[in-house]
Amino acid sequence: MSQPAPSDSSEFTVITAVRGWRHLDLAGLWRAREVLQFLSWRDLKVRYKQTLLGVAWALVQPVAMSLVFVYVLARYAQVPTGPWPYFLHVFTGMLPWTFFSTAISSAGNSVVASERVVTKVYFPRLCIPFAAVLAGLVDFVLGFFLLALLLLGFGVAPSWTILMLPIVVGLLVLAAMGLGSLLAALMVAYRDIRFVMPFLIQLMLFATPSIYLQTQAPADSRGGLRLLDFHPLDGLISGFRASVLGGPFPWVGVLLGGSLSIALFYFGCLYFRRVEDDFADII
Amino acid sequence: MATPPAIEVSHVIKRFRLGVAQSQVGFPTYRTLRDSLKDMALWPLRQVGLMATPPPPPMFEALADVSLSIQPGEVVGLVGRNGAGKSTLLKILSRISRPSEGEVRMRGRVGSLLEVGTSFHPELTGRENIFLNGAILGMSRHEIRRKFDEIVEFSEVARFLDVPVKRYSSGMFIRLAFGVAAHLECDVLLIDEVLAVGDAAFQKKCLGHMSGPGLSGRTVFFVSHNMAALQSLCTRAIWLDRGRVVQDGPVADVVGAYLRTSFAPSRARSWATLADAPGNDEVRIKSARVLAPGGVTEGRLNIRTPLQFEIEFWNLKPGSALAVVFHLCNEQGTIVFRTVSIRDPNWHGKAFPRGLFRSVCEVPGDLLNDGTHFLEVLFRQNEGLIVYQNDQLLTIDIEDDAERRGSCHGDWPGAVRPDLAWRTEFLEPLS
Repeated sequence: MSQPAPSDSSEFTVITAVRGWRHLDLAGLWRAREVLQFLSWRDLKVRYKQTLLGVAWALVQPVAMSLVFVYVLARYAQVPTGPWPYFLHVFTGMLPWTFFSTAISSAGNSVVASERVVTKVYFPRLCIPFAAVLAGLVDFVLGFFLLALLLLGFGVAPSWTILMLPIVVGLLVLAAMGLGSLLAALMVAYRDIRFVMPFLIQLMLFATPSIYLQTQAPADSRGGLRLLDFHPLDGLISGFRASVLGGPFPWVGVLLGGSLSIALFYFGCLYFRRVEDDFADII
Repeated sequence: MATPPAIEVSHVIKRFRLGVAQSQVGFPTYRTLRDSLKDMALWPLRQVGLMATPPPPPMFEALADVSLSIQPGEVVGLVGRNGAGKSTLLKILSRISRPSEGEVRMRGRVGSLLEVGTSFHPELTGRENIFLNGAILGMSRHEIRRKFDEIVEFSEVARFLDVPVKRYSSGMFIRLAFGVAAHLECDVLLIDEVLAVGDAAFQKKCLGHMSGPGLSGRTVFFVSHNMAALQSLCTRAIWLDRGRVVQDGPVADVVGAYLRTSFAPSRARSWATLADAPGNDEVRIKSARVLAPGGVTEGRLNIRTPLQFEIEFWNLKPGSALAVVFHLCNEQGTIVFRTVSIRDPNWHGKAFPRGLFRSVCEVPGDLLNDGTHFLEVLFRQNEGLIVYQNDQLLTIDIEDDAERRGSCHGDWPGAVRPDLAWRTEFLEPLS
């Protein structure tokens, strides 16, 4: 849509009627990084205004959900026990899951919620869902501090796998940005997505067994690939847990899940870019 | 070699899909997931000819082949009725919406103000919103910091900088929003009717800021319904009607032609039934006339003719105390005078029952200047609330009078041309 002029030093904009698949324009996104920062900063500032508990809400959800799972599953189902306390197991799954689910749901709603801005100001539109995801990341970091305290309390020492943590979290962010942008773009055209999303998120929780079950098969047990290895979230969540708690690192799951996350990011953003010019007309 | 234009629009067309149910209104409709899924499922059948392809949806052309070019440093106004495509054109130039056909080329950093305060968040403080809004408009953090004090001073909200803007009065909100926007640095500035906000004093300040250092060297393209503002700021104007450029030239010519054509002279209008009459649930207008002496609605009027503005209206809300307000505007869009029915001896301040009323206002001769005038009417209820306003009630052509001119030729400036008494005396000779 716009391209820098080859000779002129000042900006040069060309607007044409061409539509279709376009490149991602990460450079344009980089130039707009301040907009991205300010938008996620706004989301953060606004989220807990006029609430009693403030940012503590960021911790309530994963803790409460973990307690529910521990109570229900440990009491009424036979949960295979692993090397760690079951609560720690569930909490290390629930923390990245809470990030992922709130990130895709706020990113999915973000463009429609910014209707006024979208119809009145231009800036790279991908900033909107990305900012929503980044704002969610801050809650995740807060939760991580709580996790670190819990680890201290349970006496779990980090092993070398902690080095994998930034990579796993980065892949998780990419997956959330990809799926969030895809949902956001779809929601502009089809408000049906608003009803699909909560339902989708609930289904995904149950379809990601590594959150609440200890499904990590020992690497040598069967050798072959499982269907679950192709589930990006499942692999990444096992990866997150393994990098925090130590133990055998699920290479296959993280590698496959990570590649799928990158593909999801790429496809989600490309689809968003394809339809973003129509946002102002149809929102 | 001529400098390349700052804005070059070539053969731009913008179409919207029309909904079947709302086809008389120019608004696109939502496409549901169901439609898309159905299309997807039926696509193979349509491809092999088993099912007819549905007819293309009805389209509405908001812009029908617009081409124009604006040189760097030019200040150009865009005029036209509502729905003429002005806002659509600005949206395309500011990259918010994409043309269906055609191309736009722009040189330099483009800033657009289609609405002020759009990205303000009510929960954030004034200070925070300056940064947020500045960033969204395209300013860098460094640039905002540099202009921060200037923005605060301009918008006169220094005392409330750390208060959430949801607690601001609407005037403060608008001043702050405009303050941020007015300090946007860019080469090409697109403005859509943002001056229509704020009180008169602030509007004047904005205009001053814009016509002063704010605009120097910039290319400005803006939409306004305020013809006086357009004429004082622009050198050139473009008139858009039904998505086409009707006229492009010096601002005075274009604005004059636009006002004359868009508001064809009509000294008397009436509506047969209550249902057709313009108005709302409070009041409806039955008829409006401009009468020359003897109750004449035909023939020519000149600057010496005493006039009567007569309006007949139905009051539909029993018990409301109505006041009729007339605004007489000239071709420049300036209000020549406002008059309110507060000196009416019969009904002023009383509760109006439901029914038909007639109000007449006497305008003396030797008051108005020549030219086309437009009469607006407003109905005020209980000393304040405006319940109905009609901006295009009547158009009156007032001609010049040779006798009053004496030996003076050319345009007679001034909003009014009263016949004032003069007396000159010889006091003493100069030795």
